[in-house]
Amino acid sequence: MLRYILKRLLIMLVTLWIIVTLTFVLMVSIPGSPFNSERATNEAVQANLEAHYNLDEPYHIQYMLYLKSIVTFDFGPSIKQPNQTVNDLLGRGFPVSFELGMVSIIFAVISGIVLGILAALKHNGMIDYLAMTFAVLGISIPNFVLATMLIQQLAVNVEIFPVATWDSPAHMILPVIALGTTPMAIIARLTRSTMLEVLTQDYIKMARAKGLSPWKIIVKHALRNALMPVVTIMGTLLAGILTGTFVIEEIFAIPGMGQYFVESINQRDYPVIMGTTVFYSAFLIVMLFLVDIAYGILDPRIKMNSKGGD
Amino acid sequence: MASVDTNQPDRSPVEVTDDLFRWKERDKEAAETVSRPSLSYWKDAWQRLRKNKLAMGGLIFLIFLTLMAIFGPIISPHDVNEQDLPNQYQPPSAEHWFGTDSAGRDVFTRTWYGARISLFVGLMAALIDVGIGIIYGGISGYKGGRTDSSMMRIVEILYGLPYLLIVILLLVVLGPSLATIIIALSVTGWVGMARIVRGQVLQIKNYEFVLASQSFGAKTFRIIRKNLLPNTMGPIIVSLTLTVPSAIFAEAFLSFIGLGIQAPHASWGVMTNDALGAILSGDWWVLFAPAFFISVTMFAFNVLGDGLQDALDPKLRK
Repeated sequence: MLRYILKRLLIMLVTLWIIVTLTFVLMVSIPGSPFNSERATNEAVQANLEAHYNLDEPYHIQYMLYLKSIVTFDFGPSIKQPNQTVNDLLGRGFPVSFELGMVSIIFAVISGIVLGILAALKHNGMIDYLAMTFAVLGISIPNFVLATMLIQQLAVNVEIFPVATWDSPAHMILPVIALGTTPMAIIARLTRSTMLEVLTQDYIKMARAKGLSPWKIIVKHALRNALMPVVTIMGTLLAGILTGTFVIEEIFAIPGMGQYFVESINQRDYPVIMGTTVFYSAFLIVMLFLVDIAYGILDPRIKMNSKGGD
Repeated sequence: MASVDTNQPDRSPVEVTDDLFRWKERDKEAAETVSRPSLSYWKDAWQRLRKNKLAMGGLIFLIFLTLMAIFGPIISPHDVNEQDLPNQYQPPSAEHWFGTDSAGRDVFTRTWYGARISLFVGLMAALIDVGIGIIYGGISGYKGGRTDSSMMRIVEILYGLPYLLIVILLLVVLGPSLATIIIALSVTGWVGMARIVRGQVLQIKNYEFVLASQSFGAKTFRIIRKNLLPNTMGPIIVSLTLTVPSAIFAEAFLSFIGLGIQAPHASWGVMTNDALGAILSGDWWVLFAPAFFISVTMFAFNVLGDGLQDALDPKLRK
């Protein structure tokens, strides 16, 4: 167990290091310096940038100082917004994005699992057919397309929901549906297929033979095993939700990190782009690590040794 | 072959005597005739795919889309970027089949132009992924041992990198264009394919026909090319079909946030972004065309991929 965790930890650190190094290499390889005076808004900002990135030092010193600033969680000043650091933006935007992402993933997990179980129990029936068509549709419609369609239909044509912003629970409904539908569909398909597999196992027959109620069989015996694969894809789904917040926040004018990020891309505000990428990558990689460990603990069938591939 | 009627209605014991049996002549002709036409793996898969209505619908739509992507912009009387400001936001009409957008451009022409971009990016990115994935996964799986585990360590690390974030980072530096999008999408996209190929190769390399090739002195690359790859084609094709829609999504996503195909060029992502402004005024057609075609295209690839998965799985063969 400990060896397994140490091995995953090591891989996580290497991945983080690659991200940080990649951002540094890309930053110095941008044609013309990303920090030249044309891009900065004023001289004070220019001075801040030079001080933070130690631009007069040779590359290897710059790299070491950059590593140090990342480790101490200091992402430097923004170019376009004077007197704002990347940390300020993250501090303001990330909690909002985190809330949006968390609500979406909870919505996706609960409705996806319910849909998957219903489809598996009514295998080849009407509900199964409808649920799976809905699931493939959910996977096929990009989140930003769904978001614009939802606004058009449910906020402009029929004025049920507010068009944008992030003020009350009612404001959350459309963005959460737009962001959560694709992961929900993926979870529903996965739950259905593993559920179908689990339901044919001998221990389910055994439980039936014992005379347990169908409800108890599903919840206590089938579901626990059927949900393991859902845990394994949580990392991928989190990544999808996180990048999804960029467009969803932009569309619904939600004041989260995603909106600042898209803005910084369009304005080529390099420190914000680099800082957000590093921060979000680190966030995802740590999440992926936690999911891996959780999986190892939840499923006693996994042998936690460091040898052997898949 | 001897035969006895076992379905006797009454249960009274019967004396079994030799005269109850008779010799049946062995019909040598009949034994040699083939009762059903012999089917190769691919013919068999095709027959099963043909029965899957949803997958066939997807295939037909994709053929239609490809034809329209090639000929649509040619048959349309309007140019992709031809602006006509007095005629902005015209509803669909005989002149503009899908209406016009904020700059009075013909949405019909732009939709097919967008289809070109989406299909091209999707197919190119998927093919590059397959190419690298086959070589990397093939070598890793076939060589095994230390080569395999060190190659897989690299894959494991790359697999942990958040895909779209890396793509965004690369595009910020390389500058957005068709070529850079495809490159950025392939840089980490091949990792999944390499894993699939490796898994397949690991399974197949222990079969006897591979041993036979080895004992004849075939070289590694010949064995990978002639023995292993043809037998892994099924999962590779399925994965290819499912990679295309995710690449199409990625391109549209990037274009939407301003890192993909640059306006005024048409791409479905750019068109959806343009349509945001038109929604509030109720000009629905500006959004309808790109939203409909991108969703249906991804749907078509997904159902075709699912259908191929069932059709190419030898375990489901009847």
